[in-house]
Amino acid sequence: MQDFLNGWGLTLVTFVPMLGALVLLAIPKRNEWSLKVVALGSSLLAALIGVFLLSWFDTSRAGDLQFVVDKPWIETINSRYIMGIDGISLPLILLTLLVVPLCIVYSFDHFPEPRNPKSFLTLLLILQTGMVGTFVAQDLILFFVFFEIVLLPMYFMIGVWGGENRRYASIKFFLYTLFGSALMLISFLAMFFLADGTLAGLDAVRTFDMRALSGGATAAIARTSQVWIFAGMFLGFGVKVPMFPFHTWLPDAHTEAPTVGSVILAAVLLKLGTYGFVRVAVPMLPEAAAAWAPVIGLLAVIGIIYGALGCLAQRDMKRLIAFSSVAHMGFVMLGIATLTPFGVNAAVFGMVAHGLITGMLFFLAGSMKERYHTLEMSRLGGLLKQAPRMGWMLGFCVMASLGLPGLAGFWGEFPAILASYSPAAILHQGVFRAYMVIAAVGTVLAAGYLLWMLQKTAFGKARKEFANSPDIKDVKRHEYISWAPLLVLIVVLGFYPRLLHEATDPAVRESLEVPSIAGSAQDCLDSDDGWTCFDERRTEIKQTQGN
Amino acid sequence: MALDVLGVVGFIRPHIDWHALAPELTLLGVGALLTTLDVLLAERGRNITPVLAGLGMLGVLVPIFTLLAAGVVGEPRVLFGGAYVVDGFALLLKGLFVAAGYVVILMSTHYVAEGDYWGNEYYGLMLSSLLGMVVMSSARDLISIFVALELLSIPAYLLATWRKRDLRSNEAGVKYYLMGVFASAIMLYGMSLLFGVSGSTILSEISASPGLSSGSASSAVVILGVVFVIVGFAFKVSAFPFHTWAPDVYEGSPTPITAFLSVASKTAGFVALMALVYVGFWERSNVYGPLLWFLAAASMTAGNLMALRQKNIVRLMAYSGVAQAGFMIAPLAIAGSSTLAADDATSAVLTYLVIYAAMNLGTFAVIMSVARRTRTGDVASYNGLFRTFPAMAVVMTIFLASLAGIPPAGGWFAKFVVFKALVSADNASGYVLAAVAAVNAVIAVGYYGKIAARMWFEKPWAASAEAVPEVASVGVSEEGASPDPAAAAPLSDSTQPIPAMVRTPLNLLPFSLRAALTITSLATLVFGILPFTVSTLTDVSLLSPFPG
Repeated sequence: MQDFLNGWGLTLVTFVPMLGALVLLAIPKRNEWSLKVVALGSSLLAALIGVFLLSWFDTSRAGDLQFVVDKPWIETINSRYIMGIDGISLPLILLTLLVVPLCIVYSFDHFPEPRNPKSFLTLLLILQTGMVGTFVAQDLILFFVFFEIVLLPMYFMIGVWGGENRRYASIKFFLYTLFGSALMLISFLAMFFLADGTLAGLDAVRTFDMRALSGGATAAIARTSQVWIFAGMFLGFGVKVPMFPFHTWLPDAHTEAPTVGSVILAAVLLKLGTYGFVRVAVPMLPEAAAAWAPVIGLLAVIGIIYGALGCLAQRDMKRLIAFSSVAHMGFVMLGIATLTPFGVNAAVFGMVAHGLITGMLFFLAGSMKERYHTLEMSRLGGLLKQAPRMGWMLGFCVMASLGLPGLAGFWGEFPAILASYSPAAILHQGVFRAYMVIAAVGTVLAAGYLLWMLQKTAFGKARKEFANSPDIKDVKRHEYISWAPLLVLIVVLGFYPRLLHEATDPAVRESLEVPSIAGSAQDCLDSDDGWTCFDERRTEIKQTQGN
Repeated sequence: MALDVLGVVGFIRPHIDWHALAPELTLLGVGALLTTLDVLLAERGRNITPVLAGLGMLGVLVPIFTLLAAGVVGEPRVLFGGAYVVDGFALLLKGLFVAAGYVVILMSTHYVAEGDYWGNEYYGLMLSSLLGMVVMSSARDLISIFVALELLSIPAYLLATWRKRDLRSNEAGVKYYLMGVFASAIMLYGMSLLFGVSGSTILSEISASPGLSSGSASSAVVILGVVFVIVGFAFKVSAFPFHTWAPDVYEGSPTPITAFLSVASKTAGFVALMALVYVGFWERSNVYGPLLWFLAAASMTAGNLMALRQKNIVRLMAYSGVAQAGFMIAPLAIAGSSTLAADDATSAVLTYLVIYAAMNLGTFAVIMSVARRTRTGDVASYNGLFRTFPAMAVVMTIFLASLAGIPPAGGWFAKFVVFKALVSADNASGYVLAAVAAVNAVIAVGYYGKIAARMWFEKPWAASAEAVPEVASVGVSEEGASPDPAAAAPLSDSTQPIPAMVRTPLNLLPFSLRAALTITSLATLVFGILPFTVSTLTDVSLLSPFPG
């Protein structure tokens, strides 16, 4: 088994959904039952492989890549088919593998209009391949391809099954993300030409191998070039996260997308951006990351406050949750901006927690829309009376989302704030402490808008128009099945965060280490005189190269 | 004595490498056979000419493969004192031309047969135009380049007017002819200046001549010559601001010919441009560099912006073609910075050309299939295609994604190699052009994405359902004219009548068209998922194999 997983595990887990999609294409439209079974089956099969990967994953070496595949792919540009997972990617892959089958279960008997289960499920499975592929790819071009594959299915999902304004929302989503990734690709290429693979022990000078690029191959690139390259990646990943001021596509996309689309968007797609920062931007260009960190931190805290204020101004429940995503991703980015293992760990935890909680909130919003046919909060109310179980679930998720200790949301937010008290030594402490204060204010605002939302929708009496509505029923079976795992995980991770930390911590430390023949980047980040340290490191490497 | 003056006495027949010339000769033979059969069989030949033409094209692939097996890539064959070279570069392009020609013939078969056109000369003319292109891939001196250019252009002028009872087609042909001749004249003037400065027509000798290499006294003449020649080819590849003919000609020509012009003819322009830039003007990157830089940036930007406004699908593709041409010119603009960058740029342009051929031909095949049903070229006729014609919507989405550069369709790799070539120059102009290209790649999604949105998100187009049965009873319009459905005016409500010759029911796709769609969509996907299939082919150099 071990051998099999080493050779094929990651390839299978990535492409099984794609194979499922191909099979779906061959099944005629009227065989709805077999379409659903094949779709669910292939996503469950992928999840099963995921479980195998988890059980054979060696936690004691969580910092190293495991199940590595390395095969030639496009030889003329020395891009290879490299896949591997470590403690950072593992939780995100498992999250994806969990959420997609849940989404299929959720939509099993009621697809959003205009139905068409065949294309809906096909797109969902292609989407899954793109998402899992992004988390397992260890070659920049492969990473880029998977990163982009996600675009089209999501575009169609919003555009075909979305709400009234879906055309505008879908093209906006598409253009924003594509703009970012086009510039990101140029950055990747610039790095390809400027980095030196031999510094990281490769034979080839030019490489897209992410292991080498985050292992010191970029150490000799001049600081100005690094800063520019980082800028391109910053745009690419920042749009996806989304960071203020690139966030405007998100509320539109979330509001218009069908429930399942919103869930996937919140639970996984946004993580592609933050994952990009943790996996690509920061470890490959630690020096530029340090130069940009104050800006990232600033945009992050603006996002926290702006997202919170935006929430308070919303009348639509789904739009409110979307704005709360902007705020939550602000905490994640703040954690990354500190450039300390503690902060980045918090960020990875925040990613998973946000995926579970906000995904769950979007599920609830979708189910409420199905019952009330509106999400306008001024018309809602009395959910706790009409559908008490659902009302309690909503209350539970609201508590989790505002960061109540004991639930998963807490371990994303609180450590991120704590980490900005003492950022990496190279960064200005005063600035980050100011960020810390602002972010702390943001948590108060978060409690404000979330409780406001809960009050508006769940408390009080139902309005007349819905008082006797036959549509309003409590949680149904398929909803139980698709929500239970998420709710359980929110509690489990809340009480026992070590479960995740054990995997992420070694990997995060490893990713910030960035060794080179002239000392590691971590040492420079940790030194008060970090910039000189980076300069000396570069000079020393250049000298050895010269010899 | 008189004979001696004419040089006849001293004439020695140059050594002819028959093997190296076999592709051209085969093509010539097939073309001659078609013309003879046409004369002998007249109308009776209509059924077999497309088949023969198609088989002939496949036959031309045989000598291309034997040349490949003979190791031409490693040791190029140089003929006629350097005027004609068969190397890896030439061979790849010959293969590309023949493959593109084959797909165009597949697309033409039913179109010509059903459209009440004169079918026979059509294929003969197309083959002679292809012959010009195949010659162009090997031409390495000014005269052969010019002869090849005219050989490929003149039949194309005729083919553009093929729907001779339609005014639009007439307009297309005349416009194309006048613009084409004008461009040829400018180019010839430039060539004569270059010949005057260098004293030779062979590109490598021009490059080595003191006039070009040292940049001394005659520099104004050289600049003028280089600029004129490049401008002449800028017409051919429809680069901004020399693109004005393209939308009208594309709209008026029969759709398969539009596809032919937008792919094969454009490729031929690029081949000549590359031969000139790399071999002829190599020392003068200070002249062609800025010029091509401007052409690239302007074509991408202007083409995309104008495409955003189009209401007719063929016109939209014309402007998209202008923008794509900009992408292909871009690597050439920075090629002069180093030999390494030059080789990178060659591969980039070739890769782009190969992928572009697959995706653009495919797009036109879809346009034909859709127009066959809807009898119009209005972009609105793509509304709701996903519900009325799902398979076609999926295929079109693949091509649109490819044109827009979204993985896993092939176009992403084409854009990628262009970015790579631009960044590899590692200078400001390269980076800026890469940024311009990146922004343009996003703008392009504005219109490609809009078509996709129409196909998937909108309600089905109403006119198609109502118009078809109604018009079918009316039959052919009075003059017996059968205008090209894809060119029908976008604003007029009326759809075009269905011609009388239709043999396959309109809701079924003819086999040949289906074959064309299959070939192009498979190629597009394979290039995208396994990019090495194309990158190993295009990993050739123009600089190294050339003597001197």
